[in-house]
Amino acid sequence: MTPVPPAPGLKTRPTDDTDRVFGPGDNAGRASGPGDDAGPTSGPGDNAGRVFRSGGRAVTFGAAVLCLGAAVGVRAAGDRWAPAPDVDVPGLLYVRSPTVARRAVLGYAGTAADVYWIRTLQHFGQERLSPPGHVRTYALLYPLLDLTTTLDPYFSIAYRFGAIFLGEPFPDGPGRPDLAIALLQKGLAAQPAKWQYMQDLGFVYYWHLRDYTAAADAFRRASEMPGAPNWLRPLAAVTLAEGGHRSASRAMWEQLAQAEEEWLRSSATLRLAQLDAMDVMEAWRRARTAGLRPAVPLDPSGTPFEVDPATGDLVVSKASHLFPMPGQIQVPR
Amino acid sequence: MRTAGIVAIAVFRESVRDKVFYNLVLFAVLLVGASILIGQLTAGQDVKIIKDLGLSATSVFGIFIAIFVGISVVSKEVDRRSVYPLLAKPISRSQLIAGKYAGLLLTLLVNMAVMTIALYGVLYFLARGVPENVQHAWDTPALDPALLKAIALIYVDVAVVTAVALFFSSYSSPMLSAVFTLGVYVVGQFNADLKRFDQIVNAPAAIYLAKAAYYVLPDFGRFDVKLAVVHGIPVPAGYIAASALYALAYIAALLFGAMAIFSRRDFK
Repeated sequence: MTPVPPAPGLKTRPTDDTDRVFGPGDNAGRASGPGDDAGPTSGPGDNAGRVFRSGGRAVTFGAAVLCLGAAVGVRAAGDRWAPAPDVDVPGLLYVRSPTVARRAVLGYAGTAADVYWIRTLQHFGQERLSPPGHVRTYALLYPLLDLTTTLDPYFSIAYRFGAIFLGEPFPDGPGRPDLAIALLQKGLAAQPAKWQYMQDLGFVYYWHLRDYTAAADAFRRASEMPGAPNWLRPLAAVTLAEGGHRSASRAMWEQLAQAEEEWLRSSATLRLAQLDAMDVMEAWRRARTAGLRPAVPLDPSGTPFEVDPATGDLVVSKASHLFPMPGQIQVPR
Repeated sequence: MRTAGIVAIAVFRESVRDKVFYNLVLFAVLLVGASILIGQLTAGQDVKIIKDLGLSATSVFGIFIAIFVGISVVSKEVDRRSVYPLLAKPISRSQLIAGKYAGLLLTLLVNMAVMTIALYGVLYFLARGVPENVQHAWDTPALDPALLKAIALIYVDVAVVTAVALFFSSYSSPMLSAVFTLGVYVVGQFNADLKRFDQIVNAPAAIYLAKAAYYVLPDFGRFDVKLAVVHGIPVPAGYIAASALYALAYIAALLFGAMAIFSRRDFK
């Protein structure tokens, strides 16, 4: 289109918007640049439009920044002088069903499991380190672990650490070894060859439930799994001995005494000697109970036993090679 | 073939102009930020979590690009009326669709290649300085080449989504195409459930319908091996090949469908 020439006597107005900026000495009401006369074609409506388009934009932006600054200031002042009441809000779990959660996350189960695992750690830590007024319930611990391990059934740390958290006695944990066992059994269902879960199961039976038979059984089963370390079998035997199952323990150690590894054979020899010492100690106790006064014998390593002044029973001397005997170092109750 | 190639290059250039690759900056920030924060939030699962996050982000960004670029690639030509001079040239409508699809695949390939390099880079820095005995306790090494299997299947997954988006955009508006594509993607995640429909419903008609849907709808769950790869569970090459073949057949069906619809479309 051919541009229309300006009428004689009229100054042309710049068409570029960038020229329409406020000069330093501009009045608020003026929209045109310095030296720019408002021609007869520019009415009040045009001025308003120009204000909004050019200088108005900077003013609006400035106002937005100012308001944001005010909001930040009010919030900071509120936090300092009028803080929100410190309400002990219980934790909330929006999705409780692991099955629903697994569907809802589409193909991103791994990342969702990571998020729930981080939440599990935070929940456990928060409850454990909570101030004295707070009632520790650890209510979300198992649901969170269940969600985590349903979303990612191979999340080893969630099973292993989770079992430790769940078994921890109150108030440092929920004191739920039953749930710890359930979690580890869920892990074993997902990965039946994971000896670590079976070992942890044995640990829960041993430490929290004092069920030495079940613990020894778990350790034995763990030792039979592919890739299990060879110290698991002796652990099973020791556990049986601690639980008073000396004959089962002896059978296990006699088997281990035939092992190829030198350390295992010497360990088995020591443990068998300890079992013999236990037999002597028990026979001595029985004799005393029957009213006899037997002499203090030597233990199988050739060191004399000592008599415990508190109970009157025989104990292995600290000078003996057999010290400490299984169960002699007491686990805290 | 050559004509489709020219269209593909044009689509790729347009993606660059449209700043599609800006998502890479977001991806890098997400990974680097997470790698710094994760150590503070977890109990020694940094590498596993970064792998999960990296693979998920690669998939999410890929799916978003596939849907939102895929649905607009044809409609943009129609809206801008550039389809008229384009079709006036010696180029068939089928070649146009094939070229557009190839261009989108090229864009996604470059995008995912950069993301893969970034992921391995972050994993390298995360594993650096970790004692060897600690690294032995990990399910898989930090720089596990098996991650590439998961990334390859994510690419296949995204390629199918792109084909679905292109199919819908060949006859529908961008908004509806996005909704349809997203719908097919979500349904495709639950595809395996349709096969077991007979366990919850007793009506034979519904069971047959579900079985039909199971076979006809794309099975996106098949392309998800992220968890397996992160935990070092073997993903056989045969499975990847079969999945790729399935995707190829499905993509071909969608593209031929898109070509058939687009060739009959009236642009008046």
